[in-house]
Amino acid sequence: MTSLAPPRPPAVRAPDIAPRRTPGRRLNRFAPMVPALALLGIFFAGPMLWSVYTAFTNMALTGSSTVDFVGVDNFTRMLHDRSFLHSLQLTLIFVVGSAVIGQNTLGLLVALLLRGRSRTARSVVTGLIIAAWAVPETVAGFCWYAFLYRTGTLNALLGHLGVAQNWLYTAPMLAVIIANVWRGTAFSMLVYSAALSEIPPDVVEAASMDGASGWQRLRHITLPLIRRAIVSNLMLITLQTLAAFGLIFVMTGGGPGTASQTTPLYMYQQSFKFYQLGYGTAMALVLLAVGALFSALYLRLIRLEEA
Amino acid sequence: MTDLTAARRGPTRVITYGVLAVIAVVFALPFAWLVVASVQPGAALSAHVNWAFSIANFRAVLTPETVYRPMLNSLVISGGTALLTAVVAVLAAYPLSRYQSRFGRSFLYVILFSTGLPITAIMVPVYAMYSRINLIDSIPGTIAFMSASSLPFAAWMMKNFMDGVPISLEEAAWTDGAGWFASLRRIVLPLMIPGLTVVFIFTFVLQWGNFFVPFILLLSPEKQPASVTIYTFFSQYGQVAYGQLAAFSILYTAPVVVFYSALSKVFGGAFSLTGAVKG
Repeated sequence: MTSLAPPRPPAVRAPDIAPRRTPGRRLNRFAPMVPALALLGIFFAGPMLWSVYTAFTNMALTGSSTVDFVGVDNFTRMLHDRSFLHSLQLTLIFVVGSAVIGQNTLGLLVALLLRGRSRTARSVVTGLIIAAWAVPETVAGFCWYAFLYRTGTLNALLGHLGVAQNWLYTAPMLAVIIANVWRGTAFSMLVYSAALSEIPPDVVEAASMDGASGWQRLRHITLPLIRRAIVSNLMLITLQTLAAFGLIFVMTGGGPGTASQTTPLYMYQQSFKFYQLGYGTAMALVLLAVGALFSALYLRLIRLEEA
Repeated sequence: MTDLTAARRGPTRVITYGVLAVIAVVFALPFAWLVVASVQPGAALSAHVNWAFSIANFRAVLTPETVYRPMLNSLVISGGTALLTAVVAVLAAYPLSRYQSRFGRSFLYVILFSTGLPITAIMVPVYAMYSRINLIDSIPGTIAFMSASSLPFAAWMMKNFMDGVPISLEEAAWTDGAGWFASLRRIVLPLMIPGLTVVFIFTFVLQWGNFFVPFILLLSPEKQPASVTIYTFFSQYGQVAYGQLAAFSILYTAPVVVFYSALSKVFGGAFSLTGAVKG
C-alpha cells in the first residue's frame, strides 16, 4: 500500500517528515505534553499565582471567613517585624556559610583532590559523601543531633578537654551550618568532578611544563575553564539552601529561643502555628525574590568574567 | 630528573591522601551513633560501644504502628509519585526531544526555571489552596503535588535520555503512518528502559526522604509516611529510646541505600548528574 504514495525525498531533519505542518497536526504533536502542562498548571503555577494574591490579603486559617485586600500591609509589617528581619539575617548567614562557602569550596576541594587517585580512595570518599546526601533529611537531622548533644559522640571524642557542652544550645547556627555542609557537599562534588573531567589534561600539563605552580594552575587555568559549572552550581545550591527546613527543624527547631530560626522556619511558625497565611505567603514571596536576586548576581558575575 | 619529580610528588601525594582520609572520617563520624546505638539495648546519644549487642531495638520498633504502616505509606506515596512522574515526564519529553519548535523551547526554559524553585516557599500557598478544595489529608492529593514538584527535573532528565535514542528508527515508522503514540511505545520506550529506571528511582528516593510536603499536607498519623512519623517518634519517645530511634532510622534509610547502590552499580558513580543534567 505504501508504494502508492509518491516517493519522499530523504529526510534530513525530523520535523520535515514527522506529522505534517497543518495547524491541527501541530496541536496533535504537542498532545503528549497535556498531562505535564495540567499537572504543572494546577499544582505549581496555580499556587504561585495564588500566592501573589494571598500575599496582599489578611487571609488567616481560622476565625474570620472574610478575606480583605490589605495592599502592601504584609510587606510593611515585615519591615517592622524584628523577628522577621532577624530570621532573614540568619538565612543569609546560613546560605553564605553552608552553601556558598562550605559546600561549594569543600565540593571543589574534594573533586580536585580525587583527580587521578586510586579507585579505592575515590569510591570510599565519594561513597561516604554521597551517603550523607542520600540519607533522608530527618535521619540526617537525628545523626547530627546525637553527634552534637551534651552526651553525644563529639563530646565523648573530645573527652576530658573540659569543653563538653550541648553544642546545639551553645552554637546553634554553627551546628546547623556544619550539618548542612556535611549533607550538601555531595552535589557540588559531583558537579565539579563532571566539570573537571572535561578539561583536557594536556592544557594543565603544558602549564606545569612552563613552571606554573599548583596554585597558579588552579587560579589561571582550571577555575576559568569550569567557570560555568561554578555559576550553575552556586545558583542551584543557593536556591536549595535558602529554603532548607527539615534539617534545622529536626536539629534545633529554630531554637534556643529564635537563635537559629531562619526565614523558612519563621514562615512555618507564622503560617501554621499562628495561622497567618497571608503574612506567611508574603514571606514566601520575599524568599523567592531573594533567590532571584542571588541568581541575577551570579549571572552578572559570569558575564563580567566573560567581558 | 625522574628523582626530582618523584621527590616533589611524594609529599603532595601523602598530604592529598591525608586530607582525603580526614574528610572521609569526618563524613563517617555522624553515622557512628546510628549504627552503634541501634544494636545496643538502652543506648544513649553517644556512639559509645558497651559490647552488649542485641536486636532488641529492632524488635521493639518492628510493629505495625511504628514501622510497617508508615513504611507502607511511604511506599505508596513515593511509588505513586515516581510512577506518575515517570509516565507524565516521558510523554512530555517526546515532543520536546523529537520536534523543534519555539513552544517546546520556551517550555524547556520554564522547566529549567522551576527546577530551581524552592518548594518550601510555595508550601504555604499550596496549603491554602488545598484547604479550599478539600485536599488536605488526602494521599492522592499529596501524590499529585509531589509529582508536579518533581516533574520539572524528571522531564529534563527524560528529554536528555530520549535525545540519546537515534531518531532514524522512528522515521521509518512515521513514513509507514505510525502516530506519536505508536512510535513512542514500540520504538523509543524499549530503547530507554535505563533512562526510565533512573528517573523512576531518582524520584522515588527523593520523595522517600521528603519531610516538609507530607508534614504539611497529611494530618492523620495513619496516613503519614515514615519521614513524618519518624520525626513524631523522635519528639515523643526519642529522648528516652535512642536505640529504637536509631533502629527505626536504619530501617527507614535501608531502601534508599539499596536503590542508590543498585543505580551506581549499573550506571557508575555520578549517574544522576553526568548523564542526565548535561545537554
